[in-house]
Amino acid sequence: MLVPIEWLKDYIDLEVDTEEFCDRMIMSGSNLETCQHFCRDMENVVVGRIERIEKHPNADKLVICFVDTGDEEPVQIVTGAPNVFEGALVPTALHNSVIPGPIHGQPKQEGGVKITKGKLRGVESFGMLCSAGELGFEDKVVPVAHKDGIWILEGDYRPGQDFAEALELKQDVVDFEITPNRPDCLSMVGMAREASATFDKPFTYPDTDIKKEDGKGASGDFVTVDIKNPEGCKRYVARIVTDVKVEQSPWWLQKRLMYAGMRPINNIVDITNFVMLEYGQPIHAFDITQVKGGKIIVENAREGEKFVTLDNNERTLTEDMLLIKDAERGIAIAGVMGGLNSEIEEDTTTIIIESANFNGDSVRATSKKLGLRTEASSRFEKGIDPNLCEAAADRVCRLIELTGAGRVCQGRVDAYPSPEKAKTIDVRVDRINYVLGTALGREQMEKILRGLEIKVEGSGNVMTVTPPTVRQDLLEEEDYIEEVARIYGYDRLPMTLPKGNSEAGRPADRELRDLTRDSLCAMGLNEIQTYSFVSPKGVDNLRIPEDSWERAFVKIINPLGEENSVMRTILTPNMMEVLGRNYSRKIERVKAFEIGNTFTESVLNEDGLPDEQYSLCIGMYGGDADFYALKGIVEELLRVLGIKDVMFSAESDYGVYHPGRCARLSVLSSYEDREDGGLRDELGIMGEIHPDVAEKYGMKGVRVYCCEMMFDAIIRHSHTETVYTPLPRYPASSRDIALLVDEDLEVGKIEEVIRKNGGTILESVKLFDVYRGRQVEEGKKSVAFALTYRDKDKTLTDEEVTDVHGKVLEALKEQLGAVLREM
Amino acid sequence: MQTQLNKILEEAKAQLEKAVNIEETEDIRVKLLGKKGKLTEILRGMGSLSPEERKVTGQMANKVRGEIERLLEDKFEEVKAAAREAKFKLEKIDVTEPGREVKLGVKHPITITIEEVSRVFMNMGFSIVEGPEVETVFYNFDALNAGPNHPSRDMTDTFYITESTLLRSQTSPVQARTLRKQDPPIKVISPGRCFRCDTPDATHSPMFHQIEGLLVDEGITMADLKGTLDRFAKELFGTGTRTKFRPHHFPFTEPSAEMDVSCFKCGGKGCRVCKGSGWIEILGCGMVHPHVLEVGGLDTEKYTGFAFGMGVERAAMLKYGVDDIRLFYENDMRFIDQFK
Repeated sequence: MLVPIEWLKDYIDLEVDTEEFCDRMIMSGSNLETCQHFCRDMENVVVGRIERIEKHPNADKLVICFVDTGDEEPVQIVTGAPNVFEGALVPTALHNSVIPGPIHGQPKQEGGVKITKGKLRGVESFGMLCSAGELGFEDKVVPVAHKDGIWILEGDYRPGQDFAEALELKQDVVDFEITPNRPDCLSMVGMAREASATFDKPFTYPDTDIKKEDGKGASGDFVTVDIKNPEGCKRYVARIVTDVKVEQSPWWLQKRLMYAGMRPINNIVDITNFVMLEYGQPIHAFDITQVKGGKIIVENAREGEKFVTLDNNERTLTEDMLLIKDAERGIAIAGVMGGLNSEIEEDTTTIIIESANFNGDSVRATSKKLGLRTEASSRFEKGIDPNLCEAAADRVCRLIELTGAGRVCQGRVDAYPSPEKAKTIDVRVDRINYVLGTALGREQMEKILRGLEIKVEGSGNVMTVTPPTVRQDLLEEEDYIEEVARIYGYDRLPMTLPKGNSEAGRPADRELRDLTRDSLCAMGLNEIQTYSFVSPKGVDNLRIPEDSWERAFVKIINPLGEENSVMRTILTPNMMEVLGRNYSRKIERVKAFEIGNTFTESVLNEDGLPDEQYSLCIGMYGGDADFYALKGIVEELLRVLGIKDVMFSAESDYGVYHPGRCARLSVLSSYEDREDGGLRDELGIMGEIHPDVAEKYGMKGVRVYCCEMMFDAIIRHSHTETVYTPLPRYPASSRDIALLVDEDLEVGKIEEVIRKNGGTILESVKLFDVYRGRQVEEGKKSVAFALTYRDKDKTLTDEEVTDVHGKVLEALKEQLGAVLREM
Repeated sequence: MQTQLNKILEEAKAQLEKAVNIEETEDIRVKLLGKKGKLTEILRGMGSLSPEERKVTGQMANKVRGEIERLLEDKFEEVKAAAREAKFKLEKIDVTEPGREVKLGVKHPITITIEEVSRVFMNMGFSIVEGPEVETVFYNFDALNAGPNHPSRDMTDTFYITESTLLRSQTSPVQARTLRKQDPPIKVISPGRCFRCDTPDATHSPMFHQIEGLLVDEGITMADLKGTLDRFAKELFGTGTRTKFRPHHFPFTEPSAEMDVSCFKCGGKGCRVCKGSGWIEILGCGMVHPHVLEVGGLDTEKYTGFAFGMGVERAAMLKYGVDDIRLFYENDMRFIDQFK
C-alpha cells in the first residue's frame, strides 16, 4: 500500500518527519516495505517554454529547441522527443543540473544523474528536456497524455520557476506491507485511522457533502437496481451524473494518483480510482446510453455465455459467475472488469456510478477461472465493508462536482437487502492483562480502543466493544487483546521468564540419528542434505526392477517440474547425483553421507499419511575408497550403534551394484532358530556401484561405493547403553592358523565354523591375511586367522587350549575341507 | 706380577683412548675382563702365590680392576653419547613438510544451525519433538486457524499429495500435533523440513527448514514470550544483542509479532548485512490463538501459551554470509568443507 505523506495529511495533522512516522507506524503494526523520496535528487531543473523549434542539420530524428528559461536569452537544447511543439511548457534540466533519473534505457543510479552541456550530432545542447520517467516516476504512472515523450505541462507556469517547487514534487511515499487480516488498511482512510491511533491525534473523513445536486433529474429516474443474487452482491449503490465532460484531471488529482502508483487517464476514471484508493472501495462507471432499459440486474451468467471485457478480450463465462446486466445483456463481470459495450467514451455525457459490494469468495473464484486479476477483484477478494458503498459513491460525486466534470443528480439508488452490522462482544480487562503480563487499567485500554474508532460501553471488568464495520478482523476477545498490545506498544511490555522447570529431551530415534551423524563425521565423512522430492527417473538410472517397492512413489499433484515430482523412496539416487556433481567439478575424492526421510505410498497410518522412514546413505569415491574401506566404516558405525550379529551376505543380482561386490546387511532378529542362523531382519545394502549406473551419473570408469540402511531397522536393533566388562585377569593364549581353502569359500563361513567350535574360551577370531599365488594351487587361496583363547576365571593350560583348538581344526577340515598349512 | 698389572692398566688406558665406538670398547672390555681376559687370567693365577704376596698383589689387582672398570664405564658413556648424537643427526627430518592428512568430517551447515538453536532452547528446558513432512491439510491449515480461503492453501503456494494431504508448508502443524498428544506444561521445539511452490533462485528454495517452538502452561504471558526469545537471542548471538518485537499477523497466534535482533555484524550501526537498518528480522512469534489450543482440548481460560518459528536457511545465510540458498542443496564438497 503506497501512502503519499502529503495526501495522508489531508485527513490527519502529522507533525513528525517521515522517518519518525515510519518508525512509529512499524511499531504499531504497519510493516514498512520501502520509503521513496520523490525528486529529492533533483537540482537546477526549471520550467521552460519552447519558443522555437528548428530542424537538426545532421539528424532526422533530432530537433533543436530554443527554450525560454526565464533568462534573457533562450537556451539551445537538442532533443529526440517526438511530442515537443512551440509554446509547450516542459521540465528543463539546465547545464550542471541533477535529475533523479534513470535516463531512458539506462539503469537507475543512486543519487541521481548529472546533466551537463554537450554536442549531439555536431550541435551544441545546453541541457535536457525531461520525461516524467527521467524525473523519477515509474513508466506505469506517467499520464497517458505524455506517456512516450517529454513531460508537457498543463496550466499556468512561469518559465524559470524551479520545476519541483512549481509542481510540488518533492514528496515522500511510504510503501506499507498490509497483512491479509487488515484489508481495511488498503486505503488512505484506513491508514489515517491507524496513524490517528498511533499518534493519538484525531482524523477527519473525506468530504462527501455534495453542494448542488443539479443534474438533470434524480438518480432514480434513470436507473433501477435489482439484485437477483444477494449472496453474491450484498449491496449496490448507483448515482447518476449528467453533463459529463471527459477531459484531463486537474494536476493535483493526477499527481496524487501518480504517487499512489496509478496512471492518470481522464477525469472520470481518475476520480473513481482516487476514491478507490481513499476508501478501498472499487468504483465502476457506465455510459448510461449503453445500459439498455435503464436497468441494472445483478445475476449469475449463463453457462457458456460470451462476454467481451474492457481489455477487448472475449471471455466465456460459467453459471457460477456474477454478471451485471442491463435489460438485454451483460455489461460487466461483477467486481472483476467492466464490459467493452458500456465503456465511458470521450463523448459520454451521462454516467452511472456503481459503488457495490460483491462477495469476496465469488470474485476470487471468477477471477481465478478467467485468469483475470484486477485491482478491483483483488480488493473484493480480501473483503470490503458494504457500509462503504454509500460514502464512496457520494465522494465520487463530490469530486466530480468539485472538478467540474459533470452535474450530480439528486439522491442515490441503493439496493441493500440485509444491512451489515458490527459485531458487539465483551472483552475483559483482566483477561487482557492475563495474556499480556501487564497491569493496565481500564481507562488506558478504553482510550486505545476509542482511538481506533471502537465503541466501548459497560463498566468494571467488562468492556462491551463495537468496532467500525470496516474492521472485519475484530471478532473475538483475542483480537482486541492484540489491538491494545500493539497500540500500547510491544516494546513497553515487560520481559519475564516463564515460571516452572522442565527437563529437555529428544526422541530416542533422533538421538540415534545424532549419534550416527557424529560418528560418521568423526570417521571423516561430510554430511549432505538433498531435496525430499526427486525425479522418478532416479530409480531408472539405478536400474531398480520394475515392480520393486522403491517405485511405489508418493506423488505430488502440483510439482514444480518432473525433477521434483515424487517423494524419494531411497536416498541413493540423490547421493549419486551429488557424487556425480562433485566429480564433474574435479573434486578428486568424496566421502559423504545423508540422513533423511524416505516415503512409501503403500502403507498409510491413522492420519492417512504415507509411511515416512529415515534412511542413511553413505557414498564415496576416490582416494582409498574401496569395498572394505566402506565396510570398515559401516562396521564401526554398527558397533557405535550397538547393533550386534550383523551378517553380510553376497548379493549378485541387484542391478544397482557390481554383481561380485555387493552385500546385503541383515541382523539376527530372533534366536529361535539359532542353529539355522536365526531369523534375520534386513538392515540395508552396500557395495560398489555398477559401472553402467556410475556412467549414468557422469562417472564413467569411476569406482563408486554406496551403502543405504533403513533407520527403522537400526532403531529396532540398537543397544547403546554400555555395560562395563571387567578387564581380563588371566593371560590369553594365541594360535595363528593358515588354511588352504577353495577360492569361493567365504571368509564369513570359515569364521562361523571357528566360532561355533571354539566354545566359551575362544575370545576372538581375526583374519590377518588372504594369499593367492606362489605355493598356492590354482582355484585355492590361503587365509590366515589369529585365534585368541582365554578363560575369565583361570589361566588356561596348554592342554586345554590344544584340546579346543584341535576341535576347531577338525571341524574346519570336515565341514569346509580346509587344510592347515605350515605357517 | 705387579709390574704386569701396571702394564695392563697402562695398556688399557692407551687402548681406551683410541676406542671410538661401542664395539671397540666392548672388545677391550672382553680382552681385559672377559672370561679369558688378561686381568682375569692374572687373578686366576694368584693361587700359586704365597699368602703374603697374595694379599698385596690381590689388593693391587682389585685396585687395577676397579680402575679399569671405571675407565670402561666412562668410555662407554662417551661412545654411547656419540653414537646417539650420530643417530639423531641421521634421523633429522624436515619439520616444514606437511603432516599426514587426518580429516574430520563436517556436518551440513543447516544441521549445524539447527543444532546450535536447539542447544540454546534445550538449555532452557525445551524438548525436541518431530512431525511428518507429508502432512494432513487438517494439521497444516485447519488446526492452525487458517481460513478456508487463506492464500497459502492455494496450489500455487503449497504442494499437494491428495486433496487432504500435502507437503507441510511450515513446521507449525507440529504445534497442533503436540497439543493433541501432550498435556501442559508443553515446552517443545521442532526443527524440520518445509515445502512451498517457489522456483529456486538465490533467495528461494522449494524446500527449506524451520524451527518451531511452543510453550503452553497456566498463566503464560506475552511478557514471557518476550523474555524467553530475548534470552534466546542473547545466547545465540551474544549477550550484547538487543531485540525488537514488531506487530505482525499469523492466523495461529494473536497477538502476533516479528522479532528483530540488533545486527550481529555491525552491532546496530547499520551495514550491508542489516541493509543499513541495524536490525535483522529473525523470527515470527505470538500468543497461541485459543482456536489452536482448542484443537488440543485445553481450557483456554486457564491455559495460555506462545509459539515461534524461524527460518533456518535465512539464519545460516546471515550467519555465514552465504549469498545463494541453492548452495545448501548442491552439496559441493568445497562448500561443505568450510563449515569445520
